[in-house]
Amino acid sequence: MNESLIEVVQGRNNPMIDPSLHIWGWEIPVYLFLGGVVAGMLVLSAALALRDRDGPRSKALQTAPLLALGLLSVGMAALFLDLEHKAYVWRFYLAFKAASPMSWGSWILLLVYPAGIMMGFGMLDSDRRAALLDSRFVRGLHLRSLVMCILGRADAARRGALWAGIIAGSALGLYTGILLGTMVSMPLWNTAVLGPLFLTSGVSTGAAVLLLLPLSTGERHVVARWDMAAIFVEIVLIVVMLIGFATGGHASHVAFSQLVDGPSASAFWALVVVAGLAAPFTLEAIEVRRSLKPLALTPILVLIGGLSLRWILVIAGQASSWANIP
Amino acid sequence: MKEKTDKRYAMVVDTRLCVACKACVLACKAENRVPYGFNRDWLVEVTTGRFPDLALENRSERCNHCSNPPCVHACPTGASHVNEGGAVLVTHHKCTGCKACIAACPYGARYVHPDGYVDKCTFCLHRVRDGREPACVEICPTGTLHFGDLSDPDSDVSILLRTRKYKVLHPETGCEPNVYFLE
Amino acid sequence: MTRLNRRQFIQIGGAAAGGLAAGVGLSTKWYGLDPDEVADPGTDGDRVVPSFCEMCFWKCGILAHVKNGRVTKITGNPAHPLSRGHLCPRGTGGIGLLYDPDRLKRPLIRRNRGQMQEFEEVSWDAALDLVAEKMLKIREKYGPEAMALYSHGYGGSWFKHLLHAYGSDNIAAPSYAQCRGPREVAFHLTFGRMVGSPENTDMENSRVITLIGSHLGENMHNTQVQDFTRAIERGAGLIVVDPRYSTAAGKARYWLPIKPGTDLALLLAWMNVIIGEGLYDHDYVEKYAFGFDRLKEHVRDRTPEWAFTRTSIPPETIVETARFMAGGRPASLIHPGRHTTWYGDDTQRLRAIAILNALLGSWGRKGGLTLPSKVKLPKYPYTKYPGQSKNPPDMPKGTVYPLANEILSQGLCMASIPGTAAYDLKAWLVYGTNLIASLPDPDATRKALQALDFVAVVDVLPTEITGWADVVLPEATYLERCDEVHTPAYKEPFLAVRQPVVEPMYDSKPGWWIAKELAHRVGLDDYFPWKDSVEYAMYRVKHGGFDCEELKRTGVARGKHVPVFIDDGLEPVFDTPSGKIELYSQTLEKAGFDPMPEYTPPDEPPDGHFRLLYGRSPVHSFSRTTNNRFLCQVVSTNEVWVNAQAAREMGLRNGDMVRLINQDGVVSEPLALKATQRIRPDCVYMVHGFGHNSRLLKFAYKRGASDSRLMTRYKVDPIMGGTGMNVNFVRVEKAA
Ligand SMILES: Nc1nc2c(c(=O)[nH]1)N[C@H]1C(S)=C(S)[C@@H](COP(=O)(O)OP(=O)(O)OC[C@H]3O[C@@H](n4cnc5c(=O)[nH]c(N)nc54)[C@H](O)[C@@H]3O)O[C@H]1N2
Ligand SMILES: Nc1nc2c(c(=O)[nH]1)N[C@H]1C(S)=C(S)[C@@H](COP(=O)(O)OP(=O)(O)OC[C@H]3O[C@@H](n4cnc5c(=O)[nH]c(N)nc54)[C@H](O)[C@@H]3O)O[C@H]1N2
Ligand code: SF4
Ligand code: SF4
Ligand code: SF4
Ligand code: SF4
Ligand code: SF4
Ligand SMILES: [Mo]
Repeated sequence: MNESLIEVVQGRNNPMIDPSLHIWGWEIPVYLFLGGVVAGMLVLSAALALRDRDGPRSKALQTAPLLALGLLSVGMAALFLDLEHKAYVWRFYLAFKAASPMSWGSWILLLVYPAGIMMGFGMLDSDRRAALLDSRFVRGLHLRSLVMCILGRADAARRGALWAGIIAGSALGLYTGILLGTMVSMPLWNTAVLGPLFLTSGVSTGAAVLLLLPLSTGERHVVARWDMAAIFVEIVLIVVMLIGFATGGHASHVAFSQLVDGPSASAFWALVVVAGLAAPFTLEAIEVRRSLKPLALTPILVLIGGLSLRWILVIAGQASSWANIP
Repeated sequence: MKEKTDKRYAMVVDTRLCVACKACVLACKAENRVPYGFNRDWLVEVTTGRFPDLALENRSERCNHCSNPPCVHACPTGASHVNEGGAVLVTHHKCTGCKACIAACPYGARYVHPDGYVDKCTFCLHRVRDGREPACVEICPTGTLHFGDLSDPDSDVSILLRTRKYKVLHPETGCEPNVYFLE
Repeated sequence: MTRLNRRQFIQIGGAAAGGLAAGVGLSTKWYGLDPDEVADPGTDGDRVVPSFCEMCFWKCGILAHVKNGRVTKITGNPAHPLSRGHLCPRGTGGIGLLYDPDRLKRPLIRRNRGQMQEFEEVSWDAALDLVAEKMLKIREKYGPEAMALYSHGYGGSWFKHLLHAYGSDNIAAPSYAQCRGPREVAFHLTFGRMVGSPENTDMENSRVITLIGSHLGENMHNTQVQDFTRAIERGAGLIVVDPRYSTAAGKARYWLPIKPGTDLALLLAWMNVIIGEGLYDHDYVEKYAFGFDRLKEHVRDRTPEWAFTRTSIPPETIVETARFMAGGRPASLIHPGRHTTWYGDDTQRLRAIAILNALLGSWGRKGGLTLPSKVKLPKYPYTKYPGQSKNPPDMPKGTVYPLANEILSQGLCMASIPGTAAYDLKAWLVYGTNLIASLPDPDATRKALQALDFVAVVDVLPTEITGWADVVLPEATYLERCDEVHTPAYKEPFLAVRQPVVEPMYDSKPGWWIAKELAHRVGLDDYFPWKDSVEYAMYRVKHGGFDCEELKRTGVARGKHVPVFIDDGLEPVFDTPSGKIELYSQTLEKAGFDPMPEYTPPDEPPDGHFRLLYGRSPVHSFSRTTNNRFLCQVVSTNEVWVNAQAAREMGLRNGDMVRLINQDGVVSEPLALKATQRIRPDCVYMVHGFGHNSRLLKFAYKRGASDSRLMTRYKVDPIMGGTGMNVNFVRVEKAA
């Protein structure tokens, strides 16, 4: 019956579920974005630190891990705002559920802070340390001896702390991808590519934030190259994802159509693919080739692209939900 | 106290009989104090064909109490869990309202209760434990809804699934639903 | 110069301000870290009171759960034969009526303030004194017949009693001339017995069920739907004749999307095939029927081909379905329907349905129509009614509907416009019927209301009719009062009681109290000798030999089983002139009508118009539940069904807001368009009961559109005065 028509009367009409799923608003994409940025910043700054051994490090790079933790806190605040039963937030920490990426995430977040602090403190030079110990925050709260103690430990295990930063950062990056990728309910999310995609996007946006900081020329060069590599990988992953959707079953077609003619499709192509990936890739390539003075525009485009990627995938993903396919 | 049982609760919906009157929806709302404007169960009425060659399917839907429940897997706190007879429940005071379970459910079976926690069909376990039928099953004037234990080969639901053609919703998702629709 | 009307529609003003706190009590339960994870919502009652429902007129047995003085839920009484433990959605929704914040709360009196009219809250004494004073004045000035009672619903018995005692028998309800009338007359003419309510069908045992319009499943009379689906479950075959793909049609083996108004042609053609092919029940017809040969002759040329050109149903389908239904006989039921006032030739259509049932031998047979009996309870020993000397004025001058066997509601309404009937009605008492929505031609109803000297309305909600009253008396709902004992004719005779579940809210009072107080004030104490309705009911129950205490606990008691089928040894009696089933009706012949049904073609819609059809939503009862917030959670408005192709041709899309404009230029409220394959392209369909214009129904006000408003025309059945209402035509226009 190819001529057959279908009329569906759907009586569920639950708020946030119907007519299309919209449980997650701006908070989750912002959180996922910042999580990715922080992951990238930690991994890249630790990698730089490991690479340079004791070589000169820019002041900017020294403060990057602590800045990252600040951004992470903003992300967690967004996450908290999204909780509907806020008084019960502590319940995250009375359980560890191995099957739940959200549970992994909540514990990973707990690990990122100590790792970031150890690594960050270890990277500070003596001027910064003095400034830290002298800061109003530390003096006001009588934290001097605690900070001294942490600094001592950080120095003792400097490489270990850097590796911890890399591991915690990677875990954070991976989990933000897996969180959505494990949902069988959303054809658009339920692809193996999403985890790696979010991870590489995290590296790239983390690099972009670093590039906006006054890094040394050498550091800048390295970060920009890594960024290009990450962007390239991202482009490849998106192509793989689209091919996967285009050639899959019914669910994949629902996902595919979200990205080619759904309400978010034009935003996806304009903001994510062109502005967020193609443009900065080209700009960076030119900058590196011609050794031009770097523009702030390039990392800003990357950040716009990274945020849009999460935002659009969160919205279009919900729109693709099986819950709204009768 | 939670008893461990080998029961496997299931619901069988005889779409041939359903008249889409929605008594099941309203009885559930009254029984379970489902807040105004929210539904734990609902009707999907599907007409296919062209005038005058038409077919109509009325489905009374609710949480499928999946045997492989992605909502439970997704829950970080253990609030969503598998209870007696495989019924999937949410413990209100363990729920953070993170909505991971809602995102994970392919059936739109859950919603955020105005009090903040996530809520859904409980298979009326509070009644079932007293040997009563779920409220929706009890009220249904057409006998569309059957509730019972699939591990008992002589239960209504087992017999119906043995003798009639049935389907589950979105089997592709691999959730192994326990609400069956007779054709 | 415009003259101030004596009475105009006003809102019951000012008083109803109180905002009801919407808060649902916070849970006070203390949670340990891991208490029992199966939370009990706690809606089981501390008390469970058996009673019967009044959300429609079917009267299913209910169990009302009461916790901390509030009704938490209503479930079906398993012991009650009409519910068998199940309810329709409206039955569950009783809580939405009980706790409707818009309920009438205190008695109201209309006052003239200069050019303005408004309602004032008064004491019961003041309100009752005024009604009594008017009743006495009317009786003195015009005689008691000048006062009419409209009464629909079970609580009306007290007022009927009051009016008879007062001296007027002018009592009507829209459930006759706007509903069952043609069916009851037709079946009485044919079998000497009416169908009644609950309908005397035995669907659960039917092998073939034929529905002419009756949209069971949307028409949600509980037991009937139960029996209907039991039949389907047991494999019964279903033929549904409906221009619309109704829920029932969705279950049918044969759906016949008939051209509206042509059913009689189809019915005659079916007879043609069944008689022509000898498929009828020879023995049964031989034994019980009168006039078979004349019928045979009558339908000889009513061939399937002849019917095809009228009904648009292909001749092969007619033949096939005729054979199919005959194959199931005698357990083959042509459902008599209920709302049968469609085209003005309705008694004849229903006669054809009755005759077809007779040919199939299904009257008095298992799976067909039962011959039910009642529990007989002694009447309360009252003084005899005075009786009315004049005939009811329900047939306007120059008209006569000789076979009407109840008073015509529309006729009484017309008689209130001075000079139109044998004598003028001067006052109405209205109990439980929203005449603005339920009588056709609402303009005429309004005109009548303006002409009257006095109108008193007993109701539970501020529906439109209350806005026309001089006095509004707020009744307690069915969950707050005890009414007359229910003893219907049914295949299993039983009796059931309505018990108060909770105390009346606000200043509302039960109907028995209101009637008794009025009787006292007009000097009719003799007729209300009991203390209260409980004492009254107990008297009847006890003297009928039933145990009152047991009945209070269970809500229902069964009578002795008596056979209801011929097969079980029941000898049928036919109260007709021939003492037989009258295929050929001598009564009709004598009264000058076709003794056997003749087809008359319906009018054609004017260009660009559709025939307006209407029906039920399973979730609502007429106009009485559309303010019920609980029920409206699942259906809160109506929509107009238009054939998808026809909609496309008008440039309209599914979900568009449209207005309907009828042949007389009356414009409906805006409502959403449902563009669907499920209806013929020559008609549109909507659910009755929405489109309230009483602002005080805060929820229902302006939700959806009213079919009644578009019924400026109706066709009166010449045999019994029923008002056919499927005769209006509408255009569909996009709402601006
Ligand atoms: N939920 C609910 N149930 C109710 C009620 C209620 O208010 N709510 N009211 C009760 C009462 S009092 C009554 S009287 C009944 C009414 O219920 P029914 O007796 O079933 O009412 P009908 O008027 O026969 O039904 C309307 C159906 O007839 C179809 N129809 C319209 N014109 C024609 C025609 O020319 N030919 C044919 N064959 N079909 C046609 C319409 O498309 C529609 O499906 O419902 C009862 N049940
Ligand atoms: N246009 C149109 N007209 C119709 C029909 C149609 O489908 N379309 N259907 C026809 C049919 S089949 C019927 S049976 C009639 C029904 O006609 P009505 O019986 O007039 O039905 P409702 O419109 O529900 O009005 C019921 C009134 O009773 C009040 N009421 C409810 N419960 C109680 C109570 O316990 N006590 C008191 N005192 N009042 C109460 C309600 O508030 C409301 O005002 O309408 C007929 N008229
Ligand atoms: S109560 Fe029964 S018949 Fe009515 S909608 Fe629910 S399942 Fe269907
Ligand atoms: S239907 Fe949804 S909520 Fe219910 S068990 Fe399955 S996945 Fe979980
Ligand atoms: S919303 Fe509640 S039940 Fe759902 S996943 Fe989060 S904590 Fe678990
Ligand atoms: S089983 Fe209980 S909770 Fe679930 S839909 Fe039915 S009545 Fe509601
Ligand atoms: S059919 Fe429904 S509304 Fe009517 S009496 Fe029964 S339960 Fe009540
Ligand atoms: Mo009716």
